[in-house]
Amino acid sequence: MLVMTAAVLTGNPSLGDSAPPPRLGQPISQAELERWDTDVFVDGRGLPAGTGNPQQGASLYESQCAACHGVQGVGATADHLTGDFVPLDAEWPDKHVGTYWPYATTLFDFIRRAMPMSAPGSLSADDIYAITAYILHINHIIGAHEEMNAETLPKVIMPNRNGFFSADPQYQRGAER
Amino acid sequence: MTKRRFREAQADLPPAAGNGLLDRRLFLEYGAVFGALLLTPRPAAPGAPTSAFNIDPADPPWMHQPGKPFSHYGVPSPHESKVIRWIAANPAVPGNGVSWSPLHDLEGTITPTGLHFERHHNGVPDIDPAQHRLVIHGLTQRALSFTMDDLMRYPMRSALIFLECGGNSNQGWNLEPIQTKVSFLHGLVSCGEWTGVPLSILLDEAGIDAGARWLIAEGADAIAMNVSIPIEKAFDDAILAVYQNGERIRPEHGYPLRLVLPGWEGVMNVKWLRRLRAAAEPVMARNETSRYTELLPSGKARQFTFVMETKSVITAPSFGMTLEESGFYEISGLAWSGRGRVRSVEVSADGGRSWAPAALQEPVLSKCFTRFRIPWRWDGGPATLMSRATDETGSRQPLRADLVRERGRQGYFHYHAVVSWAVGEDGLLRHVYI
Repeated sequence: MLVMTAAVLTGNPSLGDSAPPPRLGQPISQAELERWDTDVFVDGRGLPAGTGNPQQGASLYESQCAACHGVQGVGATADHLTGDFVPLDAEWPDKHVGTYWPYATTLFDFIRRAMPMSAPGSLSADDIYAITAYILHINHIIGAHEEMNAETLPKVIMPNRNGFFSADPQYQRGAER
Repeated sequence: MTKRRFREAQADLPPAAGNGLLDRRLFLEYGAVFGALLLTPRPAAPGAPTSAFNIDPADPPWMHQPGKPFSHYGVPSPHESKVIRWIAANPAVPGNGVSWSPLHDLEGTITPTGLHFERHHNGVPDIDPAQHRLVIHGLTQRALSFTMDDLMRYPMRSALIFLECGGNSNQGWNLEPIQTKVSFLHGLVSCGEWTGVPLSILLDEAGIDAGARWLIAEGADAIAMNVSIPIEKAFDDAILAVYQNGERIRPEHGYPLRLVLPGWEGVMNVKWLRRLRAAAEPVMARNETSRYTELLPSGKARQFTFVMETKSVITAPSFGMTLEESGFYEISGLAWSGRGRVRSVEVSADGGRSWAPAALQEPVLSKCFTRFRIPWRWDGGPATLMSRATDETGSRQPLRADLVRERGRQGYFHYHAVVSWAVGEDGLLRHVYI
């Protein structure tokens, strides 16, 4: 009883520290990990094999995306994917893929994760590269015949690539900490 | 104490600030009286009919028949059926949107689990916990997979904290003040207890490499929601939560496993957590680049705005309520800060010309809702009620004009300015900008 009282009075600083925690994690193999790991980094790490261009993407966009994102990326219920190219420092800027998104790889990654919202995961890597290419093209970022794949997509320089800064400088990408 | 006696007792007391604000300590002495004067519907006069069946409150029928039996899981009274989350979602994608916590109907500091706000990007997944895994990999010495049964065997901790969506209050950026209840403007914040395994324990087990600076978290919902988290936060106070308010986390809040980062932006508290990857760099996901960033007037955008800033709002009286008569009222509201404890809340009844300190209801906890209260004598004339919080780091909630001057109006996220409610001579409350 005295021991318990002492623990309470000291705020019980050793709560749970008396025994080492169990180590129950099971090793997961590299082959298995590849089925989990869908991260795509801005340097292209994580992009899968496959390729697609804006022309292929146009018809896929029509069938898979336009119902929510509108014809040619504007005018429906979901985010507009292109639009006016009002500068971001204007009073009424227009934020979309062409003016705001800093990385083209993020476009591929998000489509692969989330789109179409009625059936995420249903598009092939070729399909996603093609739709990504189409969206970049309607934003005048790549030409009508450019192929997007694991090699070319990370090289696309988005107009707003340098438009972000970390609110806390220690978290700036590439900062030492 | 009767209302009259209370009025007589207070008649000579000096005000604490202009337009009727009284010393916060009065609340402690006369709390019961203030409770009776709150903006609840007036009770019927004795003997008056309260339903079609002429119920006599002195001898009601429920004292003459056995009550209902026990229940396996309790639910609110049917008389409270209007206290609900209000839903705002995309009709084309009903799982993409929010539901607002009804702050105007709630008191105290704990948000009932069923009324905790929601933000989903593509619906609530129906996850079989037996088939759910947490994978930790990347810049680690070991890549590991955990079942829920595994995780339940680890030591646990609780955190009683607020959780706030980065987009909460975003209509505050509008040119004109929106006329809506406090909940539909500020209700994407809630408070509760989250219990689970300190993340640092599992990171130690996996062995995080020295070069790892970020932890990329991913959920098992239909957008595989992912964000990057600085490794320091992961080792500091992050929790892999399994329980919410004592029971297993509800599906809409992340069942069976949620990453909880006290004080940080809601979206980073990844629900349905399935994977953590240690990395040297952030992944630059959609929800940390094109969304949950704040465009400034310069054309540059603030990114990695993790901490939810010092904030407060008066919940009663607030828009949609009516002051029936001049006299004493208790002003009550919520304050919180993602940096720590709330140190003080000041209240003004004259549009910010003078301020008085409100009473902070104990306990005042770090990164948690704090309820503040102050008595006020409404003289029946125009008044503008405002609250302004300061946290223990000295960070003070800004006036709207100052916030807009600093950040412009296109940032969308992290609106945390002082909220103002104007009382008209008719007793109606409106939302105004000061």
